[in-house]
Amino acid sequence: MNAAATEADHHHGPAPGLMRWVTTTNHKDIGTLYLWFSFIMFFIGGLMALIIRSELFQPGLTIVDPHFFNQMTTMHALIMIFGVVMPAFVGLANWMLPIMVGAPDMALPRMNNWSFWILPFGFGIMLSTLFMDGGGPAAGWTLYPPLSLQTGDAFPYLIFSIHMLGVSSIMGAINIVATIMNLRAPGMTFMKMPLFVWTWFITAYLLIAVMPVLAGAVTMLLTDKFFGTSFFNAAGGGDPVMFQHIFWFFGHPEVYILILPSFGLVSEIIPTFSRKRLFGYSSMVYATASIAFLSFIVWAHHMFTVGMPLTGELFFMFTTMLIAVPTGVKVFNWVSTMWRGAMTFETPMLFALGFVVMFTIGGFSGLMLAMTPIDFQYHDTYFVVAHFHYVLVPGAIFGIIAGVYYWLPKWTGNMYNETLGKWHFWTSTVFVNILFFPMHFVGLAGMPRRIPDYAVQFADFNAIATIGAFGFGFSQILLLVLVIKCIRGGDKATDQVWEGAQGLEWTLSSPPPYHSFSVQPVIK
Amino acid sequence: MSGKVKVPYLFLIPVLMFGFGYLMVPMYDLICDITGLNGKTGSISTAEASQLTVDADRMVKVEFLGTVNDEAPWDFGPKVTSMMVHPGRQYQTSFVAKNTIDKTIVGQAIPSVAPGKAATYFNKTECFCFNQQTFEPLESREMPLVFVIDPGLPESIDTVSLSYTFFDTGKLTGK
Repeated sequence: MNAAATEADHHHGPAPGLMRWVTTTNHKDIGTLYLWFSFIMFFIGGLMALIIRSELFQPGLTIVDPHFFNQMTTMHALIMIFGVVMPAFVGLANWMLPIMVGAPDMALPRMNNWSFWILPFGFGIMLSTLFMDGGGPAAGWTLYPPLSLQTGDAFPYLIFSIHMLGVSSIMGAINIVATIMNLRAPGMTFMKMPLFVWTWFITAYLLIAVMPVLAGAVTMLLTDKFFGTSFFNAAGGGDPVMFQHIFWFFGHPEVYILILPSFGLVSEIIPTFSRKRLFGYSSMVYATASIAFLSFIVWAHHMFTVGMPLTGELFFMFTTMLIAVPTGVKVFNWVSTMWRGAMTFETPMLFALGFVVMFTIGGFSGLMLAMTPIDFQYHDTYFVVAHFHYVLVPGAIFGIIAGVYYWLPKWTGNMYNETLGKWHFWTSTVFVNILFFPMHFVGLAGMPRRIPDYAVQFADFNAIATIGAFGFGFSQILLLVLVIKCIRGGDKATDQVWEGAQGLEWTLSSPPPYHSFSVQPVIK
Repeated sequence: MSGKVKVPYLFLIPVLMFGFGYLMVPMYDLICDITGLNGKTGSISTAEASQLTVDADRMVKVEFLGTVNDEAPWDFGPKVTSMMVHPGRQYQTSFVAKNTIDKTIVGQAIPSVAPGKAATYFNKTECFCFNQQTFEPLESREMPLVFVIDPGLPESIDTVSLSYTFFDTGKLTGK
């Protein structure tokens, strides 16, 4: 890019009016857009979750019809994965990565604008499928054929929207790789980068590598349905099981895309509030890289029950269990960082600690599911639902929320209301466990997932889970109120904000200037 | 600083990975072929089949099943439901299909063998599943199948089930 030319027609503040947000190429503006988009989608996806939990409050078909229920489970997952967790991470990356590596902006600012603005249109199309003839997609977010091929008019729109989301995240990821590789401040070697930068660096490579595979898989579905190919049609020599292999080749790295940046966030926050340096920095980097590598060779553990030779099942079982080693290293390092630290428990720290404890619970249930013979029992039960919600909600989402609290004073220049933040943490933590913990029990007792009705012996635990769901859902309104209040005012934040905070972002004012690090700092 | 990346190269990765997604299709077929993973049976020529040594001491039970996919308008099933066979010797049997509607329809039978391990040892020299089958309105027809079980079939297997699913190919092409 021609820096001089861009500088000449560039004002030194944001453009006035709404067009600022449409045409912006500023990483902070785009980060804000991503974060608000993610927050809005969080409430839409959450509303769908509440419809699901309302239906499951009591046995019997009580509120919605089963086809609509299936649309809700499908859309809830697609929105939470592609519309909430991923955009939130990209938003945090946009805001913080250039600042943390001492860069003036993202490497490709115009493409950055484009990658964001594809998203609302992609999700507009995806949500509009709910109003089409035959309803929205109802085959689960995994879109297994032949069931997903029975989707009505919505099908091509669904595929197209997934393509758009894929293009958006690939461009976002390339931008992040380019920023980290090319725009680091002089003296910031790879092994001096903050861990949030490291985890995003690795995540970005995962994104670039696997989103195109998903695009390929859904394109095959599209041509199977409309252009007479037979990738997954047995009558034409195809095989539906092959879709599962291709999908999970994308899908398993995808679950690490959804968690690695949270690992990074927690690795920033825990040292700050322990007033110690992160324990085992380099082992954290290697652990992240190992997890990313292993994620490519474990995919078939999602499909132990479809039929595989024994050697295949053993291979995927052992490689999956191997992931527990680098993950264990991380948990050990977080705990060791806190060991004999001068700890305080502000809201970001509380969410980070909640993350460590509850993500570990989700990790352990994952280890149980990794064992092939046990997976035959648990496959497609609520135990699986409990597992991945533990790693995604008090895992990924708590990590994001911790990051938001951690940097909110930096972004707005105002301290948030600590009392409200603590209320938000405790209500979220209590209700998230009321919501997801009973799912372990109904799952072990044999309740299948993705059903609108269930046997009466599961009624009590389901009722408890539904109460937890509403409690957790409404707790998030506290976060919305808190963020709005913080933007509007509050105690002025200092530059460093937190006593123990280290890193380039804390050398800037709060809020940082619209264009920061035009002259790159030198790292000693 | 060293280690700068040229951004256009980064765009190559998604392009290559999109191709890799499609490369997984022939790879999958190849792996299934080698391992017999999804129960796909093999085919050999009559000449090759007559070269096999007959294992007269061993008997294997072969069971036949016929299913019609997705309520297609056929009555379809095996003529005999099971046979006792010697590995290495060729046997002939047949499946019967009847078109139950007053229209010409085209079907394709897709085989599957259980247990999956036996699939690579189950070879056919002649099979109605090699081609699409056209049925005149209300036509009923016996369709032959000549098979031989490879003497290398693992000792632990004493029963092999061969299942055919009959698909309406009209649905496939959208006709």
